[in-house]
Amino acid sequence: MLEILQKPWPWYVAGPLIGLTVPALLLIGNKSFGISSSLRHVCAACLPANIPFFKYDWKKEIWNLFFVAGILLGGFIATYLLGNPEQIVVAETLKTDLAQYGVTNYESILPIDLFSWPALLTLRGFIMMVFGGFLVGFGTRYAGGCTSGHAIMGLSNLQWPSLVATCCFMAGGFIMVNLILPFILSL
Amino acid sequence: MSIKTSTIATETVPFVKMQDTDYEVRADHAMCVNKSELDKPVTSNIKYGLLGILFGIVFVKAEIISWFRIQEMFRLESFHMYGVIGSAVIVGMISVFLIKRYNARSMEGEKIQLDDKKFNKGQIYGGLIFGLGWGITGACPGPLFAQIGTGATVIIVTLLSAIAGTWVYGRFREKLPH
Repeated sequence: MLEILQKPWPWYVAGPLIGLTVPALLLIGNKSFGISSSLRHVCAACLPANIPFFKYDWKKEIWNLFFVAGILLGGFIATYLLGNPEQIVVAETLKTDLAQYGVTNYESILPIDLFSWPALLTLRGFIMMVFGGFLVGFGTRYAGGCTSGHAIMGLSNLQWPSLVATCCFMAGGFIMVNLILPFILSL
Repeated sequence: MSIKTSTIATETVPFVKMQDTDYEVRADHAMCVNKSELDKPVTSNIKYGLLGILFGIVFVKAEIISWFRIQEMFRLESFHMYGVIGSAVIVGMISVFLIKRYNARSMEGEKIQLDDKKFNKGQIYGGLIFGLGWGITGACPGPLFAQIGTGATVIIVTLLSAIAGTWVYGRFREKLPH
């Protein structure tokens, strides 16, 4: 049993489980699924700075902060109790391309060559972690949601603005990975 | 513990004047909103923490939080992420359909409410900007938390940067096209 749990789970197990989060949150307490809003609540709690966008009673949304804290803890449990002892399996074509940029370590779920404290001190690492993170936070709030809020919750509720947002997420990702990222990786 | 009747007119309020009532400000540009009108103690939120733990385990075990999987998705080298998101949406759609069809109530006895999203250009501009960031970091906001949990402590920097991005958006929101 533990062996099955330790192996990477296939999409047809993970996808439906993630989809079930939508009714779970609605049925437990009338909450709509969405994660990026937690970043806004942190701003409202820590540095509202009299900005109207952050002047609201964030304590009413504290469930969302419990939820993301749970995600962090879940990441810990999955890694240290149910961890996969094998290296991560990655498409050969991707491996070949990444090798050109010196990315050869497949021990972790994240490429240690790109995402680590020493890498943060390089121009490439700084752009990927600091600038990349900024785009994620700025973009999700500008769009009014992220993959969970728009792509999963919004599409589940048949909201066409969420479909527009989801298409733009994908377009941005395709542009970055195929056209821009090769330049960043070669820095 | 009392249930207030909801008399909030979300449709008629102009975009910048949304600070009139707290609910509108919270709902404004947020997908996840607490629609519950019940006053509950803070400890009642532990159940959302437990649900988050399960969710985080799925994130890691299905490698959804892996930078490599996101690269494969955008390079069309793997079906995995399309399968995850596609099947999640289908299960979510069926669930929402059933909840609406049977006027389901939450465990706390409230009628479940789902708002319609209004279109604005932010969904295009912001969506593209988030997509660019997603392609670099290989993570949307949820996976950032799970990645930190896996022991990748440097992702705390990425998370703080995402919080900074959210703050900067809030600061310059009225100057941005919507």
